[in-house]
Amino acid sequence: LFPQVHRMFAQNSRNSVSPVLLLVLLGCVLCPPAQASKSSEDIRCKCICPPYRNISGHIYNKNVSQKDCNCLHVVEPMPVPGNDVEAYCLLCECKYEERSTTTIKVIIIIYLSVVGALLLYMAFLVLVDPLIRKPDPYTQPLHNEEDSEDTRSLAAVPTLAGARANTVLERVEGAQQRWKRQVQEQRKTVFDRHKMLS
Amino acid sequence: MVNAGDMNGSGNLMDFLDEPFPDVGTYEDFHTIDWLREKSRDTDRHRKITSKSKESIWEFIKSLLDAWSGWVVMLLIGLLAGTLAGVIDLAVDWMTDLKEGVCLSAFWYSHEQCCWTSNETTFDDRDKCPQWQKWSELLVGQSEGASAYILNYFLYIMWALCFAFLAVSLVRVFAPYACGSGIPEIKTILSGFIIRGYLGKWTLLIKTVTLVLVVSSGLSLGKEGPLVHVACCCGNFFSSLFSKYSKNEGKRREVLSAAAAAGVSVAFGAPIGGVLFSLEEVSYYFPLKTLWRSFFAALVAAFTLRSINPFGNSRLVLFYVEYHTPWYMAELFPFILLGVFGGLWGTLFIRCNIAWCRRRKTTRLGKYPVLEVIMITAITAIIAYPNPYTRRSTSELISELFNDCGALESSQLCDYINDPNMTRPVDDIPDRPAGPGVYSAMWQLALALVFKIVITIFTFGMKIPSGLFIPSMAVGAMAGRMVGIGVEQLAYHHHDWIIFRNWCRPGADCVTPGLYAMVGAAACLGGVTRMTVSLVVIMFELTGGLEYIVPLMAAAVTSKWVADAFGKEGIYEAHIHLNGYPFLDVKDEFTHRTLATDVMRPRRGEAPLSVLTQDSMTVEDVETLIKETDYNGFPVVVSKDSERLIGFAQRRELILAIKNARQRQDGVVSNSIVYFTEDPPELPPNSPHPLKLRRILNLSPFTVTDHTPMETVVDIFRKLGLRQCLVTRSGRLLGIITKKDVLRHMAQMANQDPESIMFN
Repeated sequence: LFPQVHRMFAQNSRNSVSPVLLLVLLGCVLCPPAQASKSSEDIRCKCICPPYRNISGHIYNKNVSQKDCNCLHVVEPMPVPGNDVEAYCLLCECKYEERSTTTIKVIIIIYLSVVGALLLYMAFLVLVDPLIRKPDPYTQPLHNEEDSEDTRSLAAVPTLAGARANTVLERVEGAQQRWKRQVQEQRKTVFDRHKMLS
Repeated sequence: MVNAGDMNGSGNLMDFLDEPFPDVGTYEDFHTIDWLREKSRDTDRHRKITSKSKESIWEFIKSLLDAWSGWVVMLLIGLLAGTLAGVIDLAVDWMTDLKEGVCLSAFWYSHEQCCWTSNETTFDDRDKCPQWQKWSELLVGQSEGASAYILNYFLYIMWALCFAFLAVSLVRVFAPYACGSGIPEIKTILSGFIIRGYLGKWTLLIKTVTLVLVVSSGLSLGKEGPLVHVACCCGNFFSSLFSKYSKNEGKRREVLSAAAAAGVSVAFGAPIGGVLFSLEEVSYYFPLKTLWRSFFAALVAAFTLRSINPFGNSRLVLFYVEYHTPWYMAELFPFILLGVFGGLWGTLFIRCNIAWCRRRKTTRLGKYPVLEVIMITAITAIIAYPNPYTRRSTSELISELFNDCGALESSQLCDYINDPNMTRPVDDIPDRPAGPGVYSAMWQLALALVFKIVITIFTFGMKIPSGLFIPSMAVGAMAGRMVGIGVEQLAYHHHDWIIFRNWCRPGADCVTPGLYAMVGAAACLGGVTRMTVSLVVIMFELTGGLEYIVPLMAAAVTSKWVADAFGKEGIYEAHIHLNGYPFLDVKDEFTHRTLATDVMRPRRGEAPLSVLTQDSMTVEDVETLIKETDYNGFPVVVSKDSERLIGFAQRRELILAIKNARQRQDGVVSNSIVYFTEDPPELPPNSPHPLKLRRILNLSPFTVTDHTPMETVVDIFRKLGLRQCLVTRSGRLLGIITKKDVLRHMAQMANQDPESIMFN
């Protein structure tokens, strides 16, 4: 579906982004649960009472603490008269539940922002990047896998020694180039030659 | 990374951007590691640290830090794996419900969370509240009727397609290694194979993100296998921070084994099951030290997940069962029947799935991965929506099937005819006749069962992260529940038959259909993966039903026997064979009477063995030999006449050593003689400078004689993790056997295609 990506991918991408992203994610996720305090929305006592004689089944929710979480405190108004309360309450089951709304909110928003960032980056790589970059005459064409790694490693040393003196930006470019080459190789192995992962 | 920093001291911060300098001792992609060498390097390192620790306090502290670094890595892996699993669970919960509607008060709440504080919920409709509206209500204002149903249907399919398309695009553009389950490849990596980038950071990020998307899209797959891959990526990431693990591939694999245990632990909430799974299924070598480390990692991961509390309700286990009714000996017969069903289904699934994956590998179907994913998602969504049992997520389905019907349940599956005067407490309801809801639920379950069996065959193996634990358990749970309801009704209506008379009196609670669902799930999972002990432990950790270990064991054993009768391989070994990974299985037995001469290279009629001599080859000769052949190593002999073995030299190290020598040492030219001896002889003054390469020579290569039986040779390869083994006769070098030759020979003996073993 992206045949042009194969060729356009020879330009740039960044692999230094991802470990930083992971650490930021980890930090953001671990901090909020530690600071979350229990708001009134976060605890409840849920009592489920089945149908009894001619009374239909009902569910009662109330915001009480764990020691008050029983049928007598939560079921209001009591549908049966006083002498039947005990028999009715035997049938009911009450459970104390708690959750953390802050955790849910933070995690969902972080996840959506990560997906949004990846989408934007993917759109940039596929659509915008090939337009702003001219095809570089010095990048090697797609060499087939018969090229042994020995000659590549022997040839890579002089370029490595030459590129050392360049600025930070060009080193980032170099890292991007390497990452794109790696992804290209992976894509050839998995999608085209079906050598791995069937 | 360290070498680059040595050369340019000022640029240390940006050094991670530079290409890692190929080090002597690192391996090439798609090659096997040398376990013995890694072990001896680790011993050397440890000895050096121990001897230096006596010198000063600082060195002593450094040695302590080195000893504790293993535990620190485990702690970090547990924390990250638990966090990622919590994120995945929460996001899946929300996005699954997004296909059906949205919460108006806060869009990030799932259906259950949205209606948590509402007072509008009724006994029959536990999740009804005004804040959460289906899409039809939101868009056109209607919630009932044909047009609302069609609109909901259409939007369900659209959301599913959107998620699946996004997932496969992300995989294709950013990390193609993130597809599939991951467990076959991790098994191969743990046996000593190198796949660079398979456990990388981008693979980790993309696999986490796309796993949420594909599980939410309603496809028939699970997240347990991919979570093992995610945890191993975390393990790889943290082990690269410590040089003890980053420079030693053998030690790194210990960390990966423990990380795999942490992965299963967070997938199921089953720490002990995770350790046993890593021991039984994933790892190759599992020493006792790894057992302790895995236990710690699994514990930390489970604790982290628990503290994030993704399910709310303080639910510790995924499918918690709350009943403790006993089971009876006569029920072993249906349990064994379920075991047989599990074994048969496992065989059917493995054969069909491998055939379909082979078709995907070899024909034009494999050229359209994105289209394939979209088609399967569309078919799944279209068929799954009308049936309420397939519309909801598979985990919820399994949870409902495992639970028994007390008085508090109101689903269709629990629509029994109740005695209105009954006042028994909730967990002692006697067997009741089935109402009309149960009958309709039975045929819906039957349709769902057939659908799940068929669609999972096509889903597993697509170019998206996919696991198969949950679908197998769903198939087994549905079959088990149907059998359980059948037995229950049989016992109720015919309680005077001989088989029921002893243990099932009218008015007693004899049969628990939920237990049959559990047993069925265990049987199907065992039939597909051929797990035994780890399966039973995972199942009772999942459900909390410790009383039911014996039925689970009976079903697991039966399904393994039945499945093994048709084929020895589980699904993961079958995928390893399909892809041709060089995995020497420890479970296979080699029973043929061949000798080492039958397998070694060169065979009769082939070119003679390419060897290096210890003191008579020039640099140019060595380079020519390397360029003309593509062998991974060369034996070094005394001379071409005597052919007595000195040692073995690796190709990569020869190349690096010659390259370094040409650049750095003065006087080394193409005519220089290469010496593998200890002390090169005195040379006349105007001869070129000699190149001493004794330090790269392995002086203790493994040798066998030519009459060694192949059984022993295979055993040596397995137990020691060798890459190659030299064959001698009367002390003279005769040939070489590599791991690939062994695998090809085994495939030939088993009448499989020996050319299917790929890689090196």
